[in-house]
Amino acid sequence: MSDFEYASAPESRAIANIESNYGLFIGGKFVQPKKGKSFNTINPATEEVLSKIGYADKSDIDAAVKSARSAYLKVWSKMPAKERGKYLFRIARIMQERAREFAVVETLDNGKPIRESRDTDIPLAAAHFFYHAGWADKLEFAGFGSKPKSLGVVGQVIPWNFPLLMLAWKIAPALAAGNTVVLKPAETTPLTALLFAEVCQQAGLPEGVVNIVTGDGVTGAALVNHPDINKIAFTGSTEVGKSIARAISGSKKTATLELGGKAANIVFDDAAIDEAVEGIVNGIFFNQGHVCCAGSRLILQENVAEEVLDKLKKRMSLIRVGDPMDKNTDLGAINSKEQLNKINEISNAGDKEGANRWSPELKLPSKGFWFPPTIFTGVTQSHRIAREEIFGPVLSVLTFRTPAEAIEKANNTMYGLSAGVWSDKGSKVLWAAKQLKAGVIWSNTFNKFDPASPFGGYKESGWGREGGRHGLSGYLTAEAKVNK
Amino acid sequence: MNRIDVNKTYKLFIGGAFPRSESGRVYEIKGADKKFIANPALASRKDLRDAVVAAKSAQPGWANATAFNRGQILYRMAEMLEGRSEQFINEITILEGVAKKAAQLQVSQAVDCLVWYSGWCDKLTSISGSQNQVSGPFYNFTTPESLGVVAVFAEAKPSLLATVRALAPVLAGGNSAILIASENFPLPAISLGEVIATSDLPGGVVNILTGKASELIPWVGSHMEIDGIDLTGVSKKQEEELRLAGVDNLKRIFRFSNTDHPERILSFMEQKTIWHPIGI
Repeated sequence: MSDFEYASAPESRAIANIESNYGLFIGGKFVQPKKGKSFNTINPATEEVLSKIGYADKSDIDAAVKSARSAYLKVWSKMPAKERGKYLFRIARIMQERAREFAVVETLDNGKPIRESRDTDIPLAAAHFFYHAGWADKLEFAGFGSKPKSLGVVGQVIPWNFPLLMLAWKIAPALAAGNTVVLKPAETTPLTALLFAEVCQQAGLPEGVVNIVTGDGVTGAALVNHPDINKIAFTGSTEVGKSIARAISGSKKTATLELGGKAANIVFDDAAIDEAVEGIVNGIFFNQGHVCCAGSRLILQENVAEEVLDKLKKRMSLIRVGDPMDKNTDLGAINSKEQLNKINEISNAGDKEGANRWSPELKLPSKGFWFPPTIFTGVTQSHRIAREEIFGPVLSVLTFRTPAEAIEKANNTMYGLSAGVWSDKGSKVLWAAKQLKAGVIWSNTFNKFDPASPFGGYKESGWGREGGRHGLSGYLTAEAKVNK
Repeated sequence: MNRIDVNKTYKLFIGGAFPRSESGRVYEIKGADKKFIANPALASRKDLRDAVVAAKSAQPGWANATAFNRGQILYRMAEMLEGRSEQFINEITILEGVAKKAAQLQVSQAVDCLVWYSGWCDKLTSISGSQNQVSGPFYNFTTPESLGVVAVFAEAKPSLLATVRALAPVLAGGNSAILIASENFPLPAISLGEVIATSDLPGGVVNILTGKASELIPWVGSHMEIDGIDLTGVSKKQEEELRLAGVDNLKRIFRFSNTDHPERILSFMEQKTIWHPIGI
């Protein structure tokens, strides 16, 4: 019998109506930045320019914050909560209607496989709005006192790894709790946020409740430092998160921070090995490893290490790397040249420090930014690849003999966002879950997300939770705490 | 001739023992009547670091005790405080210059505060945890866990009540504490060490330092093994200093209103969410 030849199954991009240029979304309208500056957003899989994006500076941020403040005072904080909720329901429904369009634009702008944007990012983003819509008129039952109050104007800065989903994580709870927002999407992935601005228009959301300002780190800093912001919500690197925390330490602003991670994924010898291998692959290669909670440190029990690694390598050889628009693609493009350089830099340090690199044989496309699925064995805890967040498809493998040693190694990090445990013994899973210093523990699964499930980190992985009942508290006044 | 009183030497409380400051320094405390009362220790940076070592090593044991057990120990603290009421009433009267009746009220409120927080220990998951209804075949639940080592700056007055009101919630959540007593009204806080030492609270879970907050604040703010700070008792300027230095390890830092509330416990706890598939 002869082998079947591979046939690609490309998604059509006809559904994506990307304008040649976009302004800033302020006061319910697209407006040109005051200084008229712009920047390009590209498709990282082809390096083709997708659109020209308005660059917001301080004066544009000021206009956006004014618009948000006015909407907060005049409209949003006065509206009956039930009506506020209905706007969020509308937004959720329109996002569902336009889901395929969102998925295609997300994949073009971000480089992630269409399978993931279509099946994960967009449905979860819509679900987030639907979930929080229901909270809007039930806040007094959420356990934060009988009269929880909104904070005011929230400045939100989000990363490029899940552009629309992170927007939803930020905007949905903020609006449900009665705040208005100014959101800055990441420099390399602004398109779905701008598409979302259109959704706000279609939903008839009152002007100024949501404002979207595009730009770079300087734009984000201007937003963080604006004096009329009540709260900052940020997702991104621990380094930038700390600079935000420093910037607001002397102000009245509060913050929730969703920062970096270096998650341990522990496989005990009594785990279902085939399932664990699938979980390892999902843990580190989902979204090209551009995931703050990625299972980037595999911690294997010594007596099964060889078996797991053999199976993992076989499985990795089947990962399809390439055109993100191909519905069969598992691993898409690295989001930017800058990120590719960073992955290369830390991986090269892995070589230099004596770890052994392995990747399956494969041909990477000539254009765009690519990195093969990669594992390092012979890694020690002091290696940079075991300590620093790589934010790419690179897995560091360590081993252990006793359960106590596994926990010791897993917790030996400044981060504490997530962790994985694989074992078929219930009491052992629960024991490990209790010992691990991390905000999300995936046992016998990995990288699962849901609007009803709180997400957020211990230690230097951040402040606060997003999602679920717990996530609401970041957007409501506290009862016993004194505002700064 | 009248009998000569046997005065107490007010020392630090670190790791369950009552040492003097390693620096050998003390400072003078006078009563409301300007008369000398005591020479408590002027704690140094090294004393703080020793206290953190003790707090860090005692914390897992305290957090892993059953919530019921923690509740009983906090209740035991209330019992011990009640039994030593006279001592605290005297200290408060001399130090704060308040009438005996006011001091009595303060001590009884402090006892009641311990009783109140004692009862919270085994109800935290019920009020702040959840089973989450995710869209898929998963069992998913969220439960609060202790944060770690918390530094506590209580308000200066009412000296005993403010101290207990800040300390009890930190302990109820399974944390260990470094209590930095108020500079001018430290005696009840120091004597609270004697209550703690006789309450079956493991050594190191509470550590009490006296001296100048202004001297200790830079080291409290920057110490990488202090996980949280209750800065209710510090000035606005000191708050800024603590918040800025605390960014290095993203300390959880809060100022509370003058009230007893479970939010004071939960502020120094982390919420952990655990997923597990359901299936055969």
